[in-house]
Amino acid sequence: MNPVPSAKRVSSGRYSGWRLFLEGLSGQRGWSRAWAKAAPRSRYRVVIVGGGGHGLATAFYLATEYGITDVAVLEKGPIGLGNVGRNTTTIRSNYFHPDNIRFYEYSLKLWEGLERKLNFNAMVSQRGVLNLFHTDAQRDLFTRRANAMRLLGVDAEPLSREAVKERVPLVDLDNGRYPVLGGFLQRRGGTVRHDAVAWGYARAASEAGADIVEHCEVTGIRRDGRRVTGVETTRGPIAADTVCLAVAGHSSRLAAMAGLALPIESHVLQAFVSEGIKPVLDVVLTYGAGHFYVSQSDKGGLVFGGAIDGYNTYGQRGTLPMTEEVAAAAMTLLPGLARLKVLRQWGGVMDMSMDGSPIISGTPLEGLIVNGGWCYGGFKAIPAGGLTTAHLIARHAPHPLAAHLDLERFTAGRTIDERGVGPFPYAH
Amino acid sequence: MLRIPCPWCGERDETEFRYRGDASQSRPAAEAGLAAFSAYVYERENPCGWHLEWWLHVGGCRKLLKVVRHTLSHEIHSVGGPEDPG
Repeated sequence: MNPVPSAKRVSSGRYSGWRLFLEGLSGQRGWSRAWAKAAPRSRYRVVIVGGGGHGLATAFYLATEYGITDVAVLEKGPIGLGNVGRNTTTIRSNYFHPDNIRFYEYSLKLWEGLERKLNFNAMVSQRGVLNLFHTDAQRDLFTRRANAMRLLGVDAEPLSREAVKERVPLVDLDNGRYPVLGGFLQRRGGTVRHDAVAWGYARAASEAGADIVEHCEVTGIRRDGRRVTGVETTRGPIAADTVCLAVAGHSSRLAAMAGLALPIESHVLQAFVSEGIKPVLDVVLTYGAGHFYVSQSDKGGLVFGGAIDGYNTYGQRGTLPMTEEVAAAAMTLLPGLARLKVLRQWGGVMDMSMDGSPIISGTPLEGLIVNGGWCYGGFKAIPAGGLTTAHLIARHAPHPLAAHLDLERFTAGRTIDERGVGPFPYAH
Repeated sequence: MLRIPCPWCGERDETEFRYRGDASQSRPAAEAGLAAFSAYVYERENPCGWHLEWWLHVGGCRKLLKVVRHTLSHEIHSVGGPEDPG
């Protein structure tokens, strides 16, 4: 263990409604900083590269579940500005492959108790996720998926056309292009305020003893033969027994610093938010005849997105052809929204893996662990991803729920291809 | 919107093309072994910079193009046929 004393801790105290009331009496001036702005030390037992959802959650679970607090989370900018703050905030576990269902269901269960655990209001809202289908074949596919879920004890239910209309009156069931035949609802799915997830995990990890180091970009990975010994950063070298990469979007770049090539391509995914309107949509709705999903935030804006732009890029911006495709899907399904203005559009860089499933794995290099390849499913997986990554770091063996997410699956021929499209990242 | 200068059709919108991924991979010899084939199928350099890639001109001449494009600026450096080195 490291003999150097930890950076000075701050405690923001316990958050509660009662505290909010009391602080109100003194003009809300009694709040302290939620997490310590740590300066990096020269060595840690564990260095986590990337202060996004997965990195912060890994630090939190390392401290609280595995008793390892000699941890630094290195973030090149301020925390919360990467993909954890750029996604469309959906949580769900409606997958098809049993291993994926178990993993994401575990994550959903962690979301259900997360706010109490972190003592932070992340606005977890289990408003339901409703997938629409438009053909008989698609109905069969969704029924198969719902059955796979129910066999594992996960909630999923089919909805008739009429039930869809009742639940979401906005939907144009008889639209001219792809009439809606019905839907597939996971009631326990929903949305979470993504910024609060970053802040909540950062605060809890910091209070548990981890150092959260912002504005500290990793520029190199130190190796001694087949062993990783630390990282080079813009704030000096840091030695570590274990280095964990949690930098989805840029995993390939970091892995290249250690001399590894990963089964990943980087692609941009766009998201959009409209002007705020009165409540019109109380589920997360997905279109089945194109890639389009939408929910309404508590501020009233419709938050929506589509597919990746489709070619390798590290640009955190999208281009207009995909914007047009998303808008076309929105107009087909929800023509009543035609006059709504889009307020903001942005992009996030995704690790698109070769089989469309994530990677939580050791590597050929001793002491180097990768949490990445999240495609566009990383947000919902934050609690389970963090916990299973912490397990892998602490126990030097994969967590049973994430053992199938190892890197060796590609060579061993047991890829987990939810969509069945083969090794083409731009198609997942 | 990318504008891709097809050597046969001239400069066209990206919507006429279908992306077909990394063009720098070459198939190993038949006896190269599992690791070499696994790397060929799955491992990618995925650079933040110049990238050699396939684009199929489905909405035009239907030829497969080899394009050198920058993955951050999206600037296109050169476009050639499949046999061009790129």
